[in-house]
Amino acid sequence: MTSRQEPGRLLVVDDNKVNRILLARGLEGHGHKVETAENGKQALEKLRGDSFDLVLLDIEMPEMNGYQVLEICLQDHELREIPIIMTSSLDELDSVVKCVELGAEDYLNKPINPILLRARVNASLEKKRLRDEQRKLFQTFATKEVADELLKTGFSLGGEYVNASVMFVDIRSFTSIVEKQAPAETIELLNDYFALMFEAVTGHHGTVNQLEGDGLMAIFGAPIHHEAHREHAVRAALEMIELLKGFNMERASQAKVRIKVGIGIATGRVIAGYTGTQQRATYTCVGDTVNLAARIEDHTKDLDLPLLIDQYTSEGLPDDIKVEALGPILFKGKQQPIHIFAVKPN
Amino acid sequence: MPVIDQATFEELKQMSGADFINELIDAFLEEAPNMISQMQVALLANDVESFRRNAHSLKSNALTFGAPELGALAKELESMGRENNLAVGNRLEVLNEAFERVAEELKGMRV
Repeated sequence: MTSRQEPGRLLVVDDNKVNRILLARGLEGHGHKVETAENGKQALEKLRGDSFDLVLLDIEMPEMNGYQVLEICLQDHELREIPIIMTSSLDELDSVVKCVELGAEDYLNKPINPILLRARVNASLEKKRLRDEQRKLFQTFATKEVADELLKTGFSLGGEYVNASVMFVDIRSFTSIVEKQAPAETIELLNDYFALMFEAVTGHHGTVNQLEGDGLMAIFGAPIHHEAHREHAVRAALEMIELLKGFNMERASQAKVRIKVGIGIATGRVIAGYTGTQQRATYTCVGDTVNLAARIEDHTKDLDLPLLIDQYTSEGLPDDIKVEALGPILFKGKQQPIHIFAVKPN
Repeated sequence: MPVIDQATFEELKQMSGADFINELIDAFLEEAPNMISQMQVALLANDVESFRRNAHSLKSNALTFGAPELGALAKELESMGRENNLAVGNRLEVLNEAFERVAEELKGMRV
């Protein structure tokens, strides 16, 4: 991390004038823009009326104390994105622990140590900057619902086992399509195509978490659990096929080659978590179920069918989705044969 | 015990910047008497919460400026408030006298 930090807009909340001046002047000395509030109510008014990168919040205040402000901020959709550093005296350790448990970003003891002040403020601003970047990233890759959940639960990198449906989608014979057209046309095609695929995934509570060439991987049922994740995945796939019909009609009218996709879905236990670097992290899944979904998608080429799913996925579908059992198949690298089902497009 | 601990005060000056030390001293000299009178009011009204909070605030400032005696007295009163014990005897007068000494010293430390 660099020692020079981009200046931030900070709000110092303290009922004590000496503390306010001290914090404000210290932070201004580091290049930040600082506003002050004398109590909780004033702090909330300022927070709602303007945009801030960080709040330094005193616990002991008359009328509305630091806890109350913290709780209100954490429950507020907009305000909870602003990190809050609690400022307290040494003997308030219990209170501080409570605040950090509630969701405060950090704390500083009073009298404030200038070196710690600088370090903690810069660290919090840096974390906020990364979160803002990640938020932008997630909002392109996931629904707002998922993005919000991720932001609420934090970006812990630890993995966990979750039950989810994994989908792989590929454009059939993409290489030969690419060879027949200009590079700009290929990029335009991919952009249009992905826009449709994303719409289908996010419209059914899924998260797109990988793009590679013309291929796409999506997860349903994680990071937010939905009981009906198998149905969601299959409905998203059916919508993809439906959207592509319209897309192809339009392409045909422009004398452009039609595109076909293969979609494979498998359901089961996956290891889910965040992978990547500080600059770029995504939510992803690994494990047998993921491999299986990729194999099933690959198998759609052999059978020339658009949508294949595994047995566990098929067992989670309502009656209006028609499936046909295709019998067991022994995939490369698998010990047991897998029962495969074709889903009939509407 | 020194009225103002020089090392703490120098640190404070460094943190606020020498330009702002006068502003800090003035804020303290203006606010601290209010805190003490609020404590007196709270004592009469038997308002334990207000008593404790004002003692807390005064303690916090005393430690910031490096005034150990004033800090210790304020801390003792804060603890009594926390324990719902407002039998403070003459401690408020003692506190006030300690503050006067600190105020006198701080006035001489303005730059």
